[in-house]
Amino acid sequence: MMLKKLFAFNGGVKPDYHKGESNHLPIAAAPLPAELVIPLHQSIGGVPHPLVHAGDCVRKGQLIGGPDGNVSSAVHASTSGTVKAVEPRLMPHTSGLSAPCVVIEPDGRDEWIEHAPVPWRSMSPGEVRDALRDAGVVGLGGAVFPSHLKVNPGKLGHLDTLVINGAECEPFITCDDMQMRERPEGIVKGAAILRDLTQAKQVLVGIEDNKPEAVAAMRAAVERLKAERIEIVAVPTRYPAGGAKQLIRVLTGIEVPHGKRSTDYGVQCFNTGTAYAVWEALELGRPLISRIVTVAGNVETARNYEVHFGTPMQDVIALAKAKPDSDRVIMGGPMMGYRMPSAAVPVVKATNCILVGSKALFPPPPPEMPCIRCGECALACPVDLQPFEMYWFSRAKIFGKAQEYHLFDCIECGCCAYVCPSRIPLVDYYRFAKSEIWARENEKTAADTARERYEFRLAREEREKAEKAAKLAAKATETKAKLAAQAAAAAAAPADAEAAGAAVPPEPTSTATNDPKALIAAAMARAQAQKAVVHPENVEQISPEKQAEIAEIEARRAKLREVAKAAQPQEDQ
Amino acid sequence: MIEAVLVMALGAVVLGAALGYAAVRFKVEGDPLVEKIDAILPQTQCGQCGYPGCKPYAQAIAKGEAEINCCPPGGEEGIRKLADLLGREFKPLSAEHGVEKPKRVAFIDEQTCIGCTLCIQACPVDAIVGAAKQMHTIVAVQCTGCELCLPPCPVDCISMVPISETVETWKWTYPIFEVKRAA
Repeated sequence: MMLKKLFAFNGGVKPDYHKGESNHLPIAAAPLPAELVIPLHQSIGGVPHPLVHAGDCVRKGQLIGGPDGNVSSAVHASTSGTVKAVEPRLMPHTSGLSAPCVVIEPDGRDEWIEHAPVPWRSMSPGEVRDALRDAGVVGLGGAVFPSHLKVNPGKLGHLDTLVINGAECEPFITCDDMQMRERPEGIVKGAAILRDLTQAKQVLVGIEDNKPEAVAAMRAAVERLKAERIEIVAVPTRYPAGGAKQLIRVLTGIEVPHGKRSTDYGVQCFNTGTAYAVWEALELGRPLISRIVTVAGNVETARNYEVHFGTPMQDVIALAKAKPDSDRVIMGGPMMGYRMPSAAVPVVKATNCILVGSKALFPPPPPEMPCIRCGECALACPVDLQPFEMYWFSRAKIFGKAQEYHLFDCIECGCCAYVCPSRIPLVDYYRFAKSEIWARENEKTAADTARERYEFRLAREEREKAEKAAKLAAKATETKAKLAAQAAAAAAAPADAEAAGAAVPPEPTSTATNDPKALIAAAMARAQAQKAVVHPENVEQISPEKQAEIAEIEARRAKLREVAKAAQPQEDQ
Repeated sequence: MIEAVLVMALGAVVLGAALGYAAVRFKVEGDPLVEKIDAILPQTQCGQCGYPGCKPYAQAIAKGEAEINCCPPGGEEGIRKLADLLGREFKPLSAEHGVEKPKRVAFIDEQTCIGCTLCIQACPVDAIVGAAKQMHTIVAVQCTGCELCLPPCPVDCISMVPISETVETWKWTYPIFEVKRAA
């Protein structure tokens, strides 16, 4: 076997791994719960719009949430049953807020909708991307970024290296490990599909060397399938080797700079679980409706379960038997996980691990002490940031400065907080600063839009005013010109008129032009004449009865008008 | 002596020409201070400050005619930012101009709306869609919550709805730890 030169990233830590607790038992299928609560928004991007209503019957794999635009991903029914409601339910999110979910009561038949393999080899790249989007395939490493957006060769037109991330560096979590041991062929086939779709020259599957069984199983699968240009590489165990940029650096030596994407350097990265989901979606035609979830921590038997999306976490925890002193549920690992508002929240695409905690397992953090600027955090930071500076400015709410120290390059891995001798929860400060900056950014965009729209309105009002004034001016000059012309004609006419000896109507003369009373009188006379000329239409062929009826109505109207006229002066008084 | 005077005069002419050119070449359009103040103001265009919009208020502040504490939507944070920018003393929000409220958007009860277009004419950011005798509705993303559409409505069908927090807009809170007495 060829020895591959590996690189290293700076920093990182070696926490207690706790992997052995959950990787000695095979993956088990979690039973269907009494009620599935499937959140519509399970990926980065737009919120899918619901396609079902309460009372609808759905089958396993049926589309229930249509993707909203391109940066979004579809959501499917995890089993067959009846839709009980489409309503806001508690989300697996630290905020404890609710969002629209499709609630399905399983019918127990677990009946698939008709599905067929996708002929992706004969499809255009755009069609394959649409197929992946409609199959709801998203990154299963935890970031849930829609995979179809990543399946393209990037600006360079081809990829040098496709990295398949099986590092799984976070403590307690073994879902990728167990999937690689038990289902390596699907992962390798998925990696081969991704290799062909991205036109990558080589595929490197990075697996931390504390998972020798997974490495062996994957190597055997590559041998068996005779997969070309796919290499399984064991990488040193060091948290966070499973970060995309960290693994890319270890495998290829490429350090993706601030503000750039890895595809700019010909590298793309997918999780092993995502590769498996791609294979299932394209070769089997099955949308993403379940995933492997590690249940670990303060439980009797930690284990991996294949869980349908929408299953309440407490049902899965019950299978592993939580110990009585458990007091919290964390989605993800102890380093980067999020505390759940309740154990009743559903398992979603992002749930790689359900970690049950207790005071004994995760003791409450000791009191925070002042930062002594020892620099330990900077040594531990795998992204080469200056965590103590970012902490200082985040704490003081000087967000501009925090951003200057590249706060947004922080991957929130928690290494800095792990090594901090003053036990400062640094990541909490970064999360606070990041969300605050995002909110301000949104506010600023909204203010800019409002300013633009307000200025446009002012400009429009100004323009309308100018147009009106111009119109009035034009009309005035026109009238004046007309009157002048009439006056000139009248001045020229008297001789002819006298010669004819006819009675000349009181045409406005040059002296009368400026007399408003005469002008009004002339205008009224013109209006009268116009009225006399106009004939009501459709009155030629009316029967005498109709004619009489009309006359009667007219008479009534005239009477009313007179009454109204009589009433008006009284009102005025 | 005369050479010295000539040299000095030449120097003055050259420098003067350079300065004159720079003044034309790098001319600043508009008042940069007004722009900076306007960037801090929330662009609600509500007129609670007593000026017809955020820009006129910014101009008044720049001229020194207006106090910096007349903008309720900007709140205390806005006043602090203005005080920082202008080197003035921070003042609490002036009560006569209103109180700071959580952000809200207008909502038209479409059952009651009679389609009079009065609110459309009042909206400073054209966020209301509708036509005469047609039902009106508010484009919520563009609404600044200025409340200017409330008084003209003859049937009182517009109400202000607070914007509720969603999973997407939720913010991490500032880390706070209980201070315990040391044993």
